[in-house]
Amino acid sequence: QGLLRRSVSHSFLSSASVTGACRAIQKLTRVRVVDNSALGNTSYHRPPKCIHVYNKTGVGKVGDTILLAIKGEKKKALIVGHKMPGPTMTPRFDSNNVVLIEDNGNPIGTRIKTPIPYILRQKEGQFSKVLAIARNFV
Amino acid sequence: SRAGGDGKPEKFQPPPKPVIIDKQKQRAERRFLSPEFIPPRGRTDPLKYYMERKDMIQRRKVFNIPEFYVGHVLAVTTADPYANNKTNRFVGICIQRGGKGLGATFVLRNVIEDQGVEICYELYSPRIQAIEVLKLEKRLDDNLMYLRDALPEYSTFDVNMKPVSRLDHEEVPVNKLQVRMKPKPWSKRWERPKFNIKGIKFELPESKMKEAQKWSQPWLEFDMLREYDTSKIEEKIWKEVNEELKK
Repeated sequence: QGLLRRSVSHSFLSSASVTGACRAIQKLTRVRVVDNSALGNTSYHRPPKCIHVYNKTGVGKVGDTILLAIKGEKKKALIVGHKMPGPTMTPRFDSNNVVLIEDNGNPIGTRIKTPIPYILRQKEGQFSKVLAIARNFV
Repeated sequence: SRAGGDGKPEKFQPPPKPVIIDKQKQRAERRFLSPEFIPPRGRTDPLKYYMERKDMIQRRKVFNIPEFYVGHVLAVTTADPYANNKTNRFVGICIQRGGKGLGATFVLRNVIEDQGVEICYELYSPRIQAIEVLKLEKRLDDNLMYLRDALPEYSTFDVNMKPVSRLDHEEVPVNKLQVRMKPKPWSKRWERPKFNIKGIKFELPESKMKEAQKWSQPWLEFDMLREYDTSKIEEKIWKEVNEELKK
């Protein structure tokens, strides 16, 4: 009764690779903007969606930049939390959270209320301004 | 002293006799063996589990892992190189205990600023610095994953909660709370009998509940190949663990 995972049989006769449902962020995932920027908080008839992940694999985890389509515009964003369980001792959020960002790494909003994982502090050089506006850390 | 009583002197009432509770006896009577000590059913060499148990007992001698069940509210402080003060404190309700041996894990859930957060901790990880039990209460099920689909008020716990004091070293209280859920769809179909959940107040129509019973497998409890009686194994391991811990 642990986390339900599909098991792979390790005999050489049936080598089937099974990938679980990807609950990290990839193309066309609907995403929740977490800062208090105007672009993220005004309502639109379509939810903000990811259209590209700046990564070798197309799967975005915490700390990766993605391209978001919001209100008919393209905007870069930083992933601050996803529904996929990561390594142990790291938090797993109930929604895919994202912070809007400029091309040079400056955040557009001025405050982030939702909790941010401490692991983001690793990339202090790139995202120091985002970490500065964050209020809660997990 | 009574005001306005009759002039006769009252009969002397001796103070109640003190009841001596021998705590050591009580503790010995209440046995709790952490579920990760019990080896899973399989064909692996018991030597592997014996060696893991030795390491687990070593760790327990150095660091106190309290007795806790699913449904307890715990506060865990871990060492984190990226946090200020290098420590990170998280408070949450234990929704699941998984894994056996040194890889035993437990998942804590809390809702902070309207955002649900779950962290899976490893019990025997050297990064954990302290585990405090803030609230002791068992729930009706031993897997509270349905809290993800329940209303957020059932998963919110104050981060600065004071530990609730427990006077008697007796039975852990069972909270028979029936949780109300968010509207469907849920992450799993919790009304199905395979999950056997008793802690949800299903507000679904009778037809849906009947339809869910179609997936019941009543033959499973009589399946002899799935039987795994752990009582004797538990006795042996309990004696072994207690002897080692007393040294």
